[in-house]
Amino acid sequence: MRDAIVRLASAAKAFATPEGRQVKALDGIDLEIGRNEFITLLGPFGCGKTTLLQAISGFVELDAGRIMIDGEDMTDRPPYRRPVNTVFQNYALFPHMSVGENTAYALEAAGVGKTERIERVRAMLKMVGLEGMEGRLPRQLSGGQQQRVALARAIVARPKVLLLDEPLSALDRHLRETMQLELKNLQHELGITFIFVTHDQQEALTMSDRVAVLAEGRIQQLDTPRQIYDHPQNTFVASFIGASNLFEGSSDGRTFVTSEGTAILHAPAAAAEGREPAVALIRPESFFLASSADTCPAIDVTVEQIVYVGSSFEVFARTTSGRKLMAQIPASQRGAIGQLNAGQSARWHYDPASVHLITTREAA
Amino acid sequence: MNIVARRRLQLGLLLGPVTLFLLVFFLVPLGIMVVTSFLTPGLYGGVEWSFYPDNFGRILGFANPEFEEYDPVYIGIFLRSIRIAAMTVGATLLVCYPAAFYISRLPDRWKNFCLFLITLPFFSSLIVRLFVWVMILRPTGLVNNTLMATGIISAPLEMIYTDGAIILGMVYVFIPFMFMPIYASIEKLDWRLVQASLDLGAGPIRTFLRIILPLTAPGIAGGSVIVFIPALGNFVVPAVLGGAKVMMLGNLIEGQFLSARNWPFGSALAMMVMAVMLVLLLAYVILSGRRNATAALTA
Repeated sequence: MRDAIVRLASAAKAFATPEGRQVKALDGIDLEIGRNEFITLLGPFGCGKTTLLQAISGFVELDAGRIMIDGEDMTDRPPYRRPVNTVFQNYALFPHMSVGENTAYALEAAGVGKTERIERVRAMLKMVGLEGMEGRLPRQLSGGQQQRVALARAIVARPKVLLLDEPLSALDRHLRETMQLELKNLQHELGITFIFVTHDQQEALTMSDRVAVLAEGRIQQLDTPRQIYDHPQNTFVASFIGASNLFEGSSDGRTFVTSEGTAILHAPAAAAEGREPAVALIRPESFFLASSADTCPAIDVTVEQIVYVGSSFEVFARTTSGRKLMAQIPASQRGAIGQLNAGQSARWHYDPASVHLITTREAA
Repeated sequence: MNIVARRRLQLGLLLGPVTLFLLVFFLVPLGIMVVTSFLTPGLYGGVEWSFYPDNFGRILGFANPEFEEYDPVYIGIFLRSIRIAAMTVGATLLVCYPAAFYISRLPDRWKNFCLFLITLPFFSSLIVRLFVWVMILRPTGLVNNTLMATGIISAPLEMIYTDGAIILGMVYVFIPFMFMPIYASIEKLDWRLVQASLDLGAGPIRTFLRIILPLTAPGIAGGSVIVFIPALGNFVVPAVLGGAKVMMLGNLIEGQFLSARNWPFGSALAMMVMAVMLVLLLAYVILSGRRNATAALTA
């Protein structure tokens, strides 16, 4: 990447567990993050995403590898000398300081004069919707307001990169969704690179320009949200992001045959020559029940359970060979669902174009 | 029995014994002291039952010269005691704060071991421990003998029976009292706040002054009060390490009761000590009241 603001080269970090085992939190991470990019580090608990964030902010010292920010080597710099600020998961607001003092802290540390400080704090608080709250103490604020102070405090000094460590996880769902959009808008307005850490895939897909899926200290895939969802590179990404029906088998470039012998048609794959071992992915929402779609191929299943989740029905079923499948049928197709009962056999149709083949196995 | 009555009975049973104890062994003696401090000292010890403000006059300078003589030496002893107690507070603070910091960062196993070491002196007699200091500090003691033997000094240093010896002994006695409140407040300190401060570009010194110090201030204030009050009235340490030369309030009062047998004057002195402490406690309560917000949050 030509215009990378953050560049990690073979970053590695291992921790010793209490049992004396070594756990690789970062296992040779190469990552380039562009200027003004909103990138999300997504992964399950213990995948290394927080370690990666702390390596960038300077609270974790790397065992090997280097970190560059805006062309400068940061690897051996202490946190307070890096042009990076963090919004912490628990906000970590200073309880003995007012909202104004909290927000002014970074400016004070940077030696900004008092008049300018007051002005910039006021403008910042206005930006995050906390106008006139300078005098309040953090404990007098609601969770959402505390969140905004934490945000204001971290961006007031215009860092080159803003790190966000699961900042929305403590908020209730409604507020979280509002904040997601606000964060996205704020990032556009400020032109600061955001590195956001979350374990919530919905959040990652909603907000990011690119998503880095992490597992076991390695980046499994780094791509746009659409690519991550529609074209997962390996089975980990496929099963971690969204719900998925995965079939092991092999393909000849046109037809995929599962290990039990079920044939699945898919869009022609360029790479396949002969019968290549692969995994076929059909997303639950790609299945449909309509009988008018007779031209589409189908899989015969026995319905086991139907769960209503509001906007859709989740239908759980088994193929004749015993494989568990899940389909998501929009609630608008109530009619088709109405005829479906547990224990009944059905035909689930799919469009071959919606079948995604994963030819690389779990990244080694 | 209805619920309210039962609650009252429970409360009475729980708080009754301690209330009774404090009433009999604290409030009543205190009352006796207050009354005694305004009574006339008997010619051969004991008291005469007539009002007599000159006990206080003798200390503060409004004594009727017919009965008592104002002597500025008492104010002097007050000031010296306050000075020594304050220096004890300062020295214990300097010793305990970094140590508490270090110990709070240790793994649990080592932490508990260190806390045990801090409380270890309580398991042995204070007097015995102070006499060990006499052995160490006296002209033919451990320090002087060692220094003489190595030829660093030619004549023994005068270490024992000085203000320095008293402060040393006081620091030694009061370290656990200072350590515990400070340790408690440092243990409670949220390290994520320290991280946040560093992250926002504040260096170690600014982080200490703006974040760590204000948030551990309740522990510092608590430890200072807990050390200052007994240090002010302490008479064992000056008696053992100060010899007859260095007089502190504690010895002065002890002497009035046991040697001079002037109980009213001794009581008046004790009342003065209490007045000083009350003023300090009041200041502490008012100051920590303002800090309550912080203390409650960091709890």
